[in-house]
Amino acid sequence: MIILQPSNYNDAKCNVFCVFLGHHVDDGPQRRPNRRQGAGRGGAKGRGRGKKAASEDEDEDDEDEAPRGRRVANKKKPTKKRGGDEEDDSEDEAPKRKKKGAANRKRGGKAQESDEEDSDVGKGRKGKKGGGKKGGKEAEDTKDLNKWKSNQWLSYEKSLFLGESSGDLFGFLLLEEVEEKKKLIATIRNKPWRMKRRLLDLKEAQEFVDKFEGALGKGKGRKWFAYKVMMKKKWIKFQRDFENFRTACIPWERKIKDVESHFGSSVASYFIFLRWMYGMNLVLFGFTFGLVVIPEVLMGLPYGSIPRKTVPRAEQDTAQDYSVLMDFNGYCKYSVLFYGYYNDQRTIGLLKFRLPLSYLMVGIGTFGYSLMVVIRTMAKNADVGGGDGDESEFTFAWKMFTSWDYLIGNSETADNKYASITTSFKESIVDEQENQKDENIHLRRFLRVLANFFITCSLGGSGYLIYFVVKRSQEFANRTDLSWYEKNELEIIMSLLGLVCPPLFETIAELEDYHPRIALKWQLGRIFALFLGNLYTFLFALFDEVNTKVQQKEIITRYYANYTLLLNGTGATPPPMSPADVIRGPCWETAVGIEFVKLTVSDIQVSYLTILIGDFARAVIVRFLNYCWCWDLEAGFPSYGEFDISGNVLGLVFNQGMIWMGAFYAPGLVGINVLRLLSSMYYQCWAVMATNVPHERVFKASKSNNFYMGLLLLILFLSLLPVVYTIMTLPPSFDCGPFSGKAKMFDVIMETIDLDLPAFLGTLFSYAANPGLIIPAVLLMVLAIYYLNSVSEAYQNANMELKKKMQMPESKPTKTKPGTASKGVNLERDVALASPNPNGRGPVSRPPGPRGPAPMPGDGPGRGRGRGRGAPPR
Amino acid sequence: MRGRGRPWDKLLHYSLCNVTGQQDCTFFTRKEILRLHARYHELAPHLVPMDYTNDPDCKLPLALIVNMPELKENPFCSRIVESFSEDGMGNLSFNEFVDMFSVLSEMAPRELKAIYAFKIYDYNVDNFLCKEDLEKTLNKLTKEELTPEEVQLVCEKAIEEADLDGDHKLSFADFENMITRAPDFLSTFHIRI
Repeated sequence: MIILQPSNYNDAKCNVFCVFLGHHVDDGPQRRPNRRQGAGRGGAKGRGRGKKAASEDEDEDDEDEAPRGRRVANKKKPTKKRGGDEEDDSEDEAPKRKKKGAANRKRGGKAQESDEEDSDVGKGRKGKKGGGKKGGKEAEDTKDLNKWKSNQWLSYEKSLFLGESSGDLFGFLLLEEVEEKKKLIATIRNKPWRMKRRLLDLKEAQEFVDKFEGALGKGKGRKWFAYKVMMKKKWIKFQRDFENFRTACIPWERKIKDVESHFGSSVASYFIFLRWMYGMNLVLFGFTFGLVVIPEVLMGLPYGSIPRKTVPRAEQDTAQDYSVLMDFNGYCKYSVLFYGYYNDQRTIGLLKFRLPLSYLMVGIGTFGYSLMVVIRTMAKNADVGGGDGDESEFTFAWKMFTSWDYLIGNSETADNKYASITTSFKESIVDEQENQKDENIHLRRFLRVLANFFITCSLGGSGYLIYFVVKRSQEFANRTDLSWYEKNELEIIMSLLGLVCPPLFETIAELEDYHPRIALKWQLGRIFALFLGNLYTFLFALFDEVNTKVQQKEIITRYYANYTLLLNGTGATPPPMSPADVIRGPCWETAVGIEFVKLTVSDIQVSYLTILIGDFARAVIVRFLNYCWCWDLEAGFPSYGEFDISGNVLGLVFNQGMIWMGAFYAPGLVGINVLRLLSSMYYQCWAVMATNVPHERVFKASKSNNFYMGLLLLILFLSLLPVVYTIMTLPPSFDCGPFSGKAKMFDVIMETIDLDLPAFLGTLFSYAANPGLIIPAVLLMVLAIYYLNSVSEAYQNANMELKKKMQMPESKPTKTKPGTASKGVNLERDVALASPNPNGRGPVSRPPGPRGPAPMPGDGPGRGRGRGRGAPPR
Repeated sequence: MRGRGRPWDKLLHYSLCNVTGQQDCTFFTRKEILRLHARYHELAPHLVPMDYTNDPDCKLPLALIVNMPELKENPFCSRIVESFSEDGMGNLSFNEFVDMFSVLSEMAPRELKAIYAFKIYDYNVDNFLCKEDLEKTLNKLTKEELTPEEVQLVCEKAIEEADLDGDHKLSFADFENMITRAPDFLSTFHIRI
């Protein structure tokens, strides 16, 4: 069959269209059994009418054709012929002939579109005639049809007078009508009408379509079309399921929702950050363990085979002591957790796994991946932040109308939801009050300057204190007669600073009277600065240690040189030595790794203990001693603790910095960290729910966590520096770790390029490393950054302009209630289509957009159609 | 019980007569409509016939429908049922029942949902969301845990934000304009059945 489309609707096709029109009256019910009762009835009617009318109809049509259609017919000889052919074909199907009466009736007169018109009119007449015999309903239907036909006829006649051939107008209109009905069927579910009416309208529309659907016969394409639609549906469903699955995979959603509902989004933002960190560390863990630790365990030499994998004789007695193990000495030190354990064999195992190369790559890749993830997340968050401007427009209205989740069917969840909605309203109220506040601006400014002055003073003071203590400790390093305090002075001072300063800052910040959200940021920034001093002091101390070890190493290498010289001189073979007895150098990488691991572990202990004592014990005391105390503990002095967002966020950020710095020297550190984050998620969730009370002024976290991310990025950069410095400049230890025996750690890459890659690649790399190439490349990048930056600025400006333009029309109420405009639109349409096509004949040049006037059967002219039916019915 | 014999036979009968039409008028598949009918029947087995051949005029009262687990916890449950009932009192025929869950289903478009959301929040059925409506909504949402001043503030702000024509109440146009831009309206105005 032929697919007909309104756009390519021309004279020739019109014939065919008419033929099909006939066909489908009958074919409807068979082809589409799911076309409901309406279809069945329509078909039956057609048949009935067909039987009676088949013969006489043809005559009638022919007669009609003569006077009216002649003019048009002359032009369309070829099409007429085609119509005849069709006729012949159907004649062969003798048995079906009766059934297809209606079709044939049409076919008979179907040489031209005008004929078709006639036949329709004829049918209408017949409908009237046979009305008495048929069921009342049918009669009504046909009457409707008739009415419709005559309407069409009028407009058609008009067009005959005016234009030479808008001959295809009728077919076109019918097509339009059917399209419209179909559209109605497709969209009826979107109409805000009462169900009863929808069912009724649906029935009408279906009946109509079933009668005339042939006009739209998709032919063979229909199956394919249906298939496509089905596949599309399936695909959408699959996508939705996949999305559901993906969201189901995100852990701790419920936990965080719980926290959020009771403590507000600011506290929840910490947990979201924690979860994000966990995800990132999981990936780092996968890399480190999958590419370094597990290959070494599976394929590397076993423990005790070579000196670096054996505990030295002197330490063996105490190697299993708990206290030693807790310091990560003894067996821990000579385990896969630390740098020193790895061998410098170029390839290990059957797979020829290049462990040293993989070690270096993972070390660098850790930073690369973290940088990428942090920056990408920041960019994404910034995107979200871009929408913030819009959001502020409807904060309260949206909260009011969209915050209740209709899916909730569990009473506990519902209670949580009530709590969270109340909290979020309170958050917004705080924001709003903050906006409305107007006080003495000068006083506030003065106070803020004052507060910042105080804080700068205390920061400077603490910085100097640390500097002083570090100097002193370097002096102490040369002495041996140290008291306990002198030994641990640095640590004590640092923890004291960490303990005293944050509350001090908080007190000073009261002066500033910022919105809590902004105050949190200031607080975070200040404590960050304080901790940074802490961190870098630690690093400098570490580097001192490393330097002494590197010097020590030189002594030992000299010793070794003498030893081998001696052996060679005497010509004696060295006696076989147990790997435990071999003299070895100080492995400074392992020492650094141990320092970081120790620091991380002690950090975990301290933070967990703080929660246990500072929050849990306090809560227990307040709760139970309250029964027998002279003042109200819960409302009065100790009361319950609040969740310390800034402290926890910074703890997390600094901890991550430790991991980044230490992971290169202690691959096991990443595993420890994953465990820490995992346990801390559960532990802190429990602690916050069980022991803390919401903040006095619950406030909303800024939508994007970019401030946390910014801190993280800064720490990442700061921890990148020392690691890259050691990789690039310090010589690796000569007898431990995967890079032993090389002058620099990155030599392992050179080695791979030389030995494993084809020679031309090696030369390529050497060219690429040429400063003559690198400097232009850097320049190019700088230029690209500049260019992209200016482009983004331009876009931003354009964006602002557009926003302004969008808001302008919005400010006046242009939108009317749906429905008030509908009448006007319909009228316009009427006019547009009732007038003849000014182009005269020729293919329809305008798109099928504006609908025909075509009052539907049963649809009085007064009743509007479509969405604009007036106010939603109640 | 009016439906004698095996109920599933009757259900099948029901489906043959009515489901197809409803399928086209709602966002449900045939199976879902049958399930909905089962649920509807379950609510009041003695009232709802299994046999829907001749379109019996049977309605369930508000109190029964509100007890469905899907609606029970919803603070607006009675409003939902009322706004879908033809008489405004919350008596739902099966057609209306299906209609309700169809509008609240995932597939329903934003515009349709907005129309019904407007009706739901319009407590006094005057085609405007005025301050009293908002206060009621807010108190239901927060279980009256906000102080009266806070409620006042929130309602005023909400109207101020969304009111385009400055009549201090929200018409449907205001409401639609506001709600169509809400990011989570679609995901929250949704009941899975």
